[in-house]
Amino acid sequence: MKPAPFVHHAPRTVEEAVAVLAEVGHDGKVLAGGQSLIPILNMRLASPGHLVDVNHVSGLGDITITPEAVRVGALVRHSGLERSEAAHAALPLLRQAVVNVAHPAIRNRGTTVGSIVHADAAGEMPAVLALCDGTVEVVGANGIREIGWHDFFLGALETVLRPDELAVAARFNRMPPGTGTAFAESARRSGDYALAGVAVALTVTDGVVSAAWASFVSVTDVPSVLDLTPVVGGHEARSGSFDNALDRAAEAVREHVAPETDIHASADYRRMLVAELTRRALPLAALHATSPANDSFEVERRGAPTRSLTNPSFDHHRVV
Amino acid sequence: MSTRLFGTPIKRKEDPRLVTGGGRYLDDLGHDALAAAFVRSPHAHARVVDIDADDAFELDGVLGIYAHDDLPGKVGEPLPLLIPHPALTHGRTGYALAREEVNHVGEPLVMVVATDRYVAEDACQRIRVRYEPLPVVVGIESARDGAAVVHPDVPGNVAAHLTQVVGDVDAALATAPHTLTLELDIERSASTPLEGRGVYAQWDDERDELRMYSSTQTSTGVRAAVAAKLDLPLAKVECIAPDVGGGFGVKIMHPWPEEVLVPWAARLLRQPVKWVEDRREHFVSAAHERGQLHTVTVGFDDDGHLLALDVKFWHDNGAYTPYGIIVPIITATQLLGPYKPGAYRVEFWSLYTNTVLVTPYRGAGRPQGCFAMERTMDAIADRLGLDRAQVRARNFILPSEMPYDHGLLFQDGRPLKYDSGDFPATLNKLKALVGWDDFATERAAAVAQGRKVGLGIGCYVEGTGVGPYEGSHVQVETSGRVNVSIGLTSQGQGHETVFAQIVADELGVRMEDVFVTTGDTRKMGYAVGTFASRAAVMSGSAVALAARRVRAKALRIAADALEVSPDDLEIVEGTVQVKGAPATSMTLGTVSVLSNPLRYAFDEATQAATQFAGTFDPQKPPVAEGEEPGLEGKDFYSPTQATFANGMHAAIVETDPVTAEIRILRYCVVHDCGPMINPMIVEGQVHGGVAQGVGGALYERMVYDDSGQLLNASFMDFLMPYASEVPTIETDHLETPSPLNPLGIKGAGEAGCIPVSAVIASAIEDAEGFPITRMPISPADLWALRRRYAAGEIRPLRRASHPSESAARAEEPTP
Repeated sequence: MKPAPFVHHAPRTVEEAVAVLAEVGHDGKVLAGGQSLIPILNMRLASPGHLVDVNHVSGLGDITITPEAVRVGALVRHSGLERSEAAHAALPLLRQAVVNVAHPAIRNRGTTVGSIVHADAAGEMPAVLALCDGTVEVVGANGIREIGWHDFFLGALETVLRPDELAVAARFNRMPPGTGTAFAESARRSGDYALAGVAVALTVTDGVVSAAWASFVSVTDVPSVLDLTPVVGGHEARSGSFDNALDRAAEAVREHVAPETDIHASADYRRMLVAELTRRALPLAALHATSPANDSFEVERRGAPTRSLTNPSFDHHRVV
Repeated sequence: MSTRLFGTPIKRKEDPRLVTGGGRYLDDLGHDALAAAFVRSPHAHARVVDIDADDAFELDGVLGIYAHDDLPGKVGEPLPLLIPHPALTHGRTGYALAREEVNHVGEPLVMVVATDRYVAEDACQRIRVRYEPLPVVVGIESARDGAAVVHPDVPGNVAAHLTQVVGDVDAALATAPHTLTLELDIERSASTPLEGRGVYAQWDDERDELRMYSSTQTSTGVRAAVAAKLDLPLAKVECIAPDVGGGFGVKIMHPWPEEVLVPWAARLLRQPVKWVEDRREHFVSAAHERGQLHTVTVGFDDDGHLLALDVKFWHDNGAYTPYGIIVPIITATQLLGPYKPGAYRVEFWSLYTNTVLVTPYRGAGRPQGCFAMERTMDAIADRLGLDRAQVRARNFILPSEMPYDHGLLFQDGRPLKYDSGDFPATLNKLKALVGWDDFATERAAAVAQGRKVGLGIGCYVEGTGVGPYEGSHVQVETSGRVNVSIGLTSQGQGHETVFAQIVADELGVRMEDVFVTTGDTRKMGYAVGTFASRAAVMSGSAVALAARRVRAKALRIAADALEVSPDDLEIVEGTVQVKGAPATSMTLGTVSVLSNPLRYAFDEATQAATQFAGTFDPQKPPVAEGEEPGLEGKDFYSPTQATFANGMHAAIVETDPVTAEIRILRYCVVHDCGPMINPMIVEGQVHGGVAQGVGGALYERMVYDDSGQLLNASFMDFLMPYASEVPTIETDHLETPSPLNPLGIKGAGEAGCIPVSAVIASAIEDAEGFPITRMPISPADLWALRRRYAAGEIRPLRRASHPSESAARAEEPTP
């Protein structure tokens, strides 16, 4: 398990990086955190002739909060995003989701933007980008462009990025006032790729659900957002009628997703699972929408007691 | 002696070194060595048509590329069949490099030696092999069917067929008031030590000598096999097991192709060569275990007493049988656990498949047997509406019946005769620990919350400490330092600690003065290896015997010097002294000086042993007749039979009513390995075993597709449990001594993993209300079973296994 020979490039600026990428074209790969790329190279599943290592490029390591969005630079590690109080305050979903990305050691190296660009259907952060109606900032030989999430993903492990382009940031839009979010996933082992996962957002206006939407992990080949407003909208949050609407939300999710069978679970199981996770996550989002103070770091830390509403003692999967 | 160390939970001597990065594992050695890498078959079954390595030779840094044609003499002959057996009528072993046919994905075909592993792998990628694919046999059903065969000269893929019978099973079944038949399935798993295999060989061209290091569980076995293969005198081969990062069975198998080829290449190239296995190689070219299908028919009376047990099982032995049929023999015999089976017939077929070969993995056939027996016990309880623990207790062999001879032949070719154990006491401890009798209340509370919980149980007996022998050498230096050598290897079990504990007690020295060396053929040439939970029993006993010899010699020499009788002497903290008059004394270091009469002193202390010192009686020879110089002794322990440890586990499991996710709420272990040398190490062994058992029960499987590709050959997809998946393990111990060895001890290494699949299946079945017959089980599997159950395709349990439920059930009319 040793990689095939490659040329290592270590540009210091975005311009240099883009110039190298333009030069090496399809024979080049960007190396950031390397948590997916290095194993692929070691197993010789890919043998690019050039690695463009962007770890020394300046200006890519910042998290910037604006009234509209949280902008995450290409060298922000998952753990940096996880620990950023400012990002958490601005958009709690980020931490709710990122703690589910693999294990701490991987989060310490892996980058959030890298995970989005890798476009793995089992990645958490592409689903989060979608739920936030986010964008990816890209610099190429022809300048800067900003690509909306909807246009960014082409298929599993496939995006619209051109060989000469470097993704320099992801922009996660903040939620409308009165919106709560939650993230839930279930994996075979702690930190594994999820069998299924869901990110939900739910807006409460004057005590009534005015909007709800969800995006998914491991059950759609590219991120997709399902509008659940038609099924849970109009109900008083955390009321009996809201609870009844959850079953219809689960049904809508079941119909929306297109999971595949693999060695860990059947497609049918994943369909059931993601529907159930949604059913359990929506009330939590409603809770967050109505009492944001509950949304503290402690309850989101992996291993903390879960708040699965049907089953208070059960923490096998995480609902945060 | 002051405080006895035997039985004390002292911290492990080796840990400060190991946990601070001081370990010297195989890949920590030989940084300048050449690197070997292998081209391995991508086909499960194929004829090798052509190998073209021309492009690879052109790479800078490639020193050699070898295929089977290049292997001379015995190196090119089939690898040895380690444990022949009369029933193994069609034993087959592979070649170090495949000759004309490959029989599993991962089988080595070509070895490349290059300046480093990167270049070696580059070269491998350039080698083109043409194959002619052959029909593939994957899985027991396909092997049993026999439409395709792995080896053309092995009809029906049957490597071995063995039946053992005690009593008249057919008659007992015919007259039994009740009979049941169960079809059971255990899938493949593997040892998967965190350090894979590895070999590093140095050839000394001036002396014609080979020194090799291998990450092995048997350095003596590897040494003998390599000497034979390479046609070298044994005296010219040294084999050392450095620190080894786990074995769990896979490293007792030997010689691996690489263990022959790497030394051969080192001699050929006259340069050190090293091969360190990577993870993918380990999955596809080391060994797996477990895979068996069982059909159990049992006859029993109204009280649940076994009258007859008729077991047929099919064992997947993979592509070759170098380790013989040890695994299915263990299954066939250890299946019986703590029970008297009535009449017993066990018949197995060991079958070839085009998959990685099968050799013992911790538990070594017992988890499968335990699963079959314990599922049967639960089924009997369910059929009769009896408490599951009670049915077990009714069939126990009682302490008064020990030693108990089952009338079968065990894996060591000797009678399966239990030496010790108090099974009713073990069960009582377990029931108290888990709260067996109160579980009905717990369950009712959970059910009221909409939760599903279940309680499971599993009992086992484990034959440990099999022969033929182990030995030890103990030596006291003039400084008082005590050197202990054992030939058996260590893979992290704490041998440096427990054997030092034994020697410190036996010799009367301080623990910190004792230094243990393991698995180095330069220090101890006669040894068997670390497997079958045998290190403590075999080497522990040998160490005690050797230390006793040294002690006796020390007392003889000191008695002479102090002019007292040896009977009046004792040794306390390294000083030999007169009992009741400790001022009359000499240190063991001084005794060591006197034990070796000198012409040349090498320090002040040793001047006492020189010829003009007046120490020795001029009328006697300096070394007395019958004595040897040096304060040292050697002894061997060779028992007539294995010693039998036992244990019982219980678990409380919760299953999510919707998602079918499975969570172990409590896991309780009661274990009896006799007197514990170091209870902390025993607990550690039990914990590790349970962790591997949980892997086998809920996470790990080897997923082969129909073409023989292993689909999950990485730790991303082979789900070895993390610490987060392993429950807190509650333990209690019983210490029933074995009458068979000087310390009364029994083995503990494998125990933890043996009953886990049985226990978890029992608990899930209890939570769900329908039978669980196949392990491992994932949430998706359980969810699919629930759907089949809801569709009426699976019959329900009678749900009578709990006192509260039997009471409730008693009020209902019997269906």
